[in-house]
Amino acid sequence: MDWLKIFRAEKKSSAQTAKERLLITVAHQRQGEGNGLHFLPRLREELLAVVRKYVQVPDEAVQFNVQRDEGLEVLELNITLPEKERRGGVASH
Amino acid sequence: MAKVIVVTSGKGGVGKTTTSASLGTGLADRGHKTAVIDFDVGLRNLDLIMGVERRVVYDFVNVIQGEATLKQALIKDKQSDKLFILAASQTRDKDALTQDGVGRVMDELRAEFDYVICDSPAGIEKGAFMAMYFADEAFVVTNPEVSSVRDSDRVLGILAAKSRRAEQGGDRIKEHLVLTRYNAERVAKGEMLSVEDVKEILAIPLLGVIPESPAVLSSSNAGVPVIRDMTSDAGLAYTDLIARFLGEDRPHRFLAPHKKSLFGKWFGER
Repeated sequence: MDWLKIFRAEKKSSAQTAKERLLITVAHQRQGEGNGLHFLPRLREELLAVVRKYVQVPDEAVQFNVQRDEGLEVLELNITLPEKERRGGVASH
Repeated sequence: MAKVIVVTSGKGGVGKTTTSASLGTGLADRGHKTAVIDFDVGLRNLDLIMGVERRVVYDFVNVIQGEATLKQALIKDKQSDKLFILAASQTRDKDALTQDGVGRVMDELRAEFDYVICDSPAGIEKGAFMAMYFADEAFVVTNPEVSSVRDSDRVLGILAAKSRRAEQGGDRIKEHLVLTRYNAERVAKGEMLSVEDVKEILAIPLLGVIPESPAVLSSSNAGVPVIRDMTSDAGLAYTDLIARFLGEDRPHRFLAPHKKSLFGKWFGER
């Protein structure tokens, strides 16, 4: 029956759905492998140790933020100094 | 000097051992001295698929640990004097596969053979890792199914990052896509990912498509690699795949649905 086809045409085939889901999942997966930022936790530890040579700061004083645009990756690093010694947050890229 | 090929997939049950057995047999039948090694320590099955299960005396782990020589452990195929099988150990655990030990056996095999085929276990743990570590080329066996495709992509990432070639900064491992259990009828109906879909997602060159075929099961029942069944579509597809691997230009068959004849339609041919 032809009128049934009208309904069917609107629906994506399951293979198409599979492909779209895979493209997204795989792209995510590759980012995780290839971004090379798996050293961030260690970098954070080491930075904390260095900062603490000069200023006593809590663990959460060192914060990272990673931003990705096409072909460009920005690692933003924030070190918040404690109230007493504050001369403003030190930010570097 | 041999070429070392890993047959890998990440996911289990997609056809790694079937492919390893047919690849080894096909290369040997084309005149290349070939060894096929089972890396699935604790769950060996290559011996069964290749029909040598009753002739296993020594295994891969015995050789690594110096309890047997490579010569003693290699089982010669009954039909081809160019084909040898090295069984996995059934009783040890996978920690027996040390990098040094596997490396030594690989060096010895490289000196002796034209091709060394490493049949990887499923997963990405020690056995799978050791199977891929020394590889020059990789056959990535994938089913047109979401979990298999995703796992294959993971494995490709590991090949590119953690193999010996990756570590030593040599040439990249050459990757080949082997798409198995392909059902062209279901692809045509939109029920299954197509070759083109999988190629686009994984972005590696296609070496061959093996159609879903009853011959794969009957061959494993008999312990004869399916490539020896030249009456079957899967056997022919593997034969083409070997020829392509050896540099011949062969068109892909079995990608289009089997055309029903009018006669077949009338009489309910499937």
